[in-house]
Amino acid sequence: MGGTVAVSAKPDEIETIIAVLVDNEPGVLARVVGLFSGRGYNIESLTVAEVSDAKHQSRITIATSGTPMIIDQIKAQLGRLVPIHKVSDLTKDGPHVERELALVKVANKDDKRVESLRIADIFRARALDTTTESFVFEVVGATKKIDAFIDLMRPLGLVDVSRTGVVAIARGKEAM
Amino acid sequence: MAEKQYNGSEIVIKALADQGVDVIFGYPGGAVLPIYDALHQQNSVRHILVRQEGGAVHAAEGYARSTGKVGVVLVTSGPGATNAVTGLTDALMDSIPLVCITGQVPTHLIGNDAFQECDTTGITRPCTKHNYLVKDVADLPRVMHEAFHVARSGRPGPVLIDLPKDVAMAMGDYTPPAKIKHRTYQPKVKGDLSAIKDAVELLQGAKKPIIYAGGGVINSGDKASKLLGDLVHMTGFPCTLTLMGLGAFPADDKQFVGMLGMHGTYEANWAMHDCDVMLCVGARFDDRITGRLDAFSPNSKKIHIDIDASSINKNVPVDVPIIGDVAHVLEDMIKIYKSKQVKPDAKALANWWKQIDQWRSKKSLSFVQAGDTIKPQHAIERLYQLTKGRKQETYITTEVGQHQMWAAQHFHFQKPNRWMTSGGLGTMGYGLPAAVGVQIAHPDALVIDIAGEASILMNIQEMSTICQYRLPVKVFILNNQYMGMVRQWQELLHGGRYSESYMDSLPDFVKLAEAFGGVGMRATKTSELDDVIKEMIACPKSVIADICVDQKENVFPMIPSGAAHNEMLLGPEDKAAKPVSEEGMVLV
Repeated sequence: MGGTVAVSAKPDEIETIIAVLVDNEPGVLARVVGLFSGRGYNIESLTVAEVSDAKHQSRITIATSGTPMIIDQIKAQLGRLVPIHKVSDLTKDGPHVERELALVKVANKDDKRVESLRIADIFRARALDTTTESFVFEVVGATKKIDAFIDLMRPLGLVDVSRTGVVAIARGKEAM
Repeated sequence: MAEKQYNGSEIVIKALADQGVDVIFGYPGGAVLPIYDALHQQNSVRHILVRQEGGAVHAAEGYARSTGKVGVVLVTSGPGATNAVTGLTDALMDSIPLVCITGQVPTHLIGNDAFQECDTTGITRPCTKHNYLVKDVADLPRVMHEAFHVARSGRPGPVLIDLPKDVAMAMGDYTPPAKIKHRTYQPKVKGDLSAIKDAVELLQGAKKPIIYAGGGVINSGDKASKLLGDLVHMTGFPCTLTLMGLGAFPADDKQFVGMLGMHGTYEANWAMHDCDVMLCVGARFDDRITGRLDAFSPNSKKIHIDIDASSINKNVPVDVPIIGDVAHVLEDMIKIYKSKQVKPDAKALANWWKQIDQWRSKKSLSFVQAGDTIKPQHAIERLYQLTKGRKQETYITTEVGQHQMWAAQHFHFQKPNRWMTSGGLGTMGYGLPAAVGVQIAHPDALVIDIAGEASILMNIQEMSTICQYRLPVKVFILNNQYMGMVRQWQELLHGGRYSESYMDSLPDFVKLAEAFGGVGMRATKTSELDDVIKEMIACPKSVIADICVDQKENVFPMIPSGAAHNEMLLGPEDKAAKPVSEEGMVLV
């Protein structure tokens, strides 16, 4: 993936979630990702899927970080890509909800197995798959909650993680 | 439903004709043979055969820059496309409207590493404004028309259409261009009126104003240049231009303070530094303009007119951004300015001009021409004097380096679209093919490529194009046997260690001109210069004039890299005062 994957924002940087509505045409994701890598912007996560079959539109959600000037640049640069309908700064433009889903695999036995189940319960994580020596948990929530869950699983035999990256939407009745 | 069906190649030609294209620049190859076949069977579009695809793109740039129209390029797949990349990047950086059609291997072979296949849309995505891969002939008419719309509207730029050979041969319907509202691409041309009002208020309250205009004025069209002139005269403010903006305001006007930036005039850069209100019109605060950013015009309120929202606040934070087309915004600005009936403080303005005149009195562009050795500045100065006031229009293209800066400083442009230079990308080898495009667009004009002996060799093969079409292009080489700008930086920054910047075994340019079928001339002494220039102008054929100039001359004044506007060097005697900082060294 393009862009450097930053762990967290530096002091003068703000973490921002940007939603981009695009024509679902070949190369559009490459344009967005290429823009980030070419201009040295951060991508913390990026998700994309078609959201309107009839209109052939996809929605890209990008979690990024940068100084306020850089964030404005990112939005302006995205805005001038030809197949982009709309760029929305969910962090700045008002309240929004954000979610991420992770599949977390732990391999363990005995006490660790019991403990991982107990923590999964606290995080409302579901076990999607189990063997006598492993679990695959599905956990949904804000990025920080998932980070916390993974951190707790680490000493309990964490072997594999797959995360979706953030998806987000503005609160209230208005469309993007 | 259209009655008659056409193959993809015919659709391309029909769309070009309907878009008002009368000439294209290109080079054939396997993947574009069907298009060349269609070209052969019609008379509406003329094709200029270059000698390398890179030349085709620069020629189209020269054509576009000198006419305000879209330049069109046709090249083959693989190496044809990759050779076009430099020109496309050049056009992107300088906002030149181009449509480049590349051939592609047939759709069923895409991705198979076929002969002369490359991922053209992938390679050119970051160096075009937009690009298309057309996989269905039904999409072709729309894509063709859309490409022209995207290339010429908003901030202009290059658009590429990759056309697989089978699509170029498939039958389909043709639809003529319609007034389309693009689904997503709708650049804003009208500026926000309340922002323009704020700007006018700032201008009317200014005591030490400056108007700093760039290539955006020229891209906006003749009307924008006229309106800029109106605004400058109405306000009585000083006006400076960027390298790309030269000609947007007449150089002979007394309110013109010269070009600004790294090799701009002392008065322009000091005025930028000391001003209290800056009006930036269609320029982008590029690093050659600003010098050290944290010391850039520290005490001014800044107004920025630009059609591209991403240019605003990119390098320099501004107080009043106005997103819109220069001509539209200036029109509104002048209207509001007139309606307000507030005049700027005349006394303050008079003082400001007094200060500017003091800076002017430094005569930062002066040079000493003594003895037999031709000073490069003197050569440009004479070229300007001897071409000035002639009935025939003069168009100047340049390569990149010292000669380019001397041309910008000493050739004075009174009108827009007369000056074609590679500003953003700095592409050596630009000037000769660009001159081809200019001369094709203006067959009766005097077209001169002011060149260096190093740059000219980068696309010298286009002399063959020039001779094929009997273009009377003049190549005016300031020959110092060095890559002059590289040598200058090595002298200033690297202890005079001239690593690989001297050229041994240069060709005999007089014989070279003759070999291509042109006329060669040479001046080695000051006394020969005027005669050579006059002879060159009078010659009905293409000419290479080899002007052997002072090898050690450097371009001054200069803002050393990493320095501020008010730290500029006036000449060689100035340079010892301040060594270039570590941070400055890493800048290009």
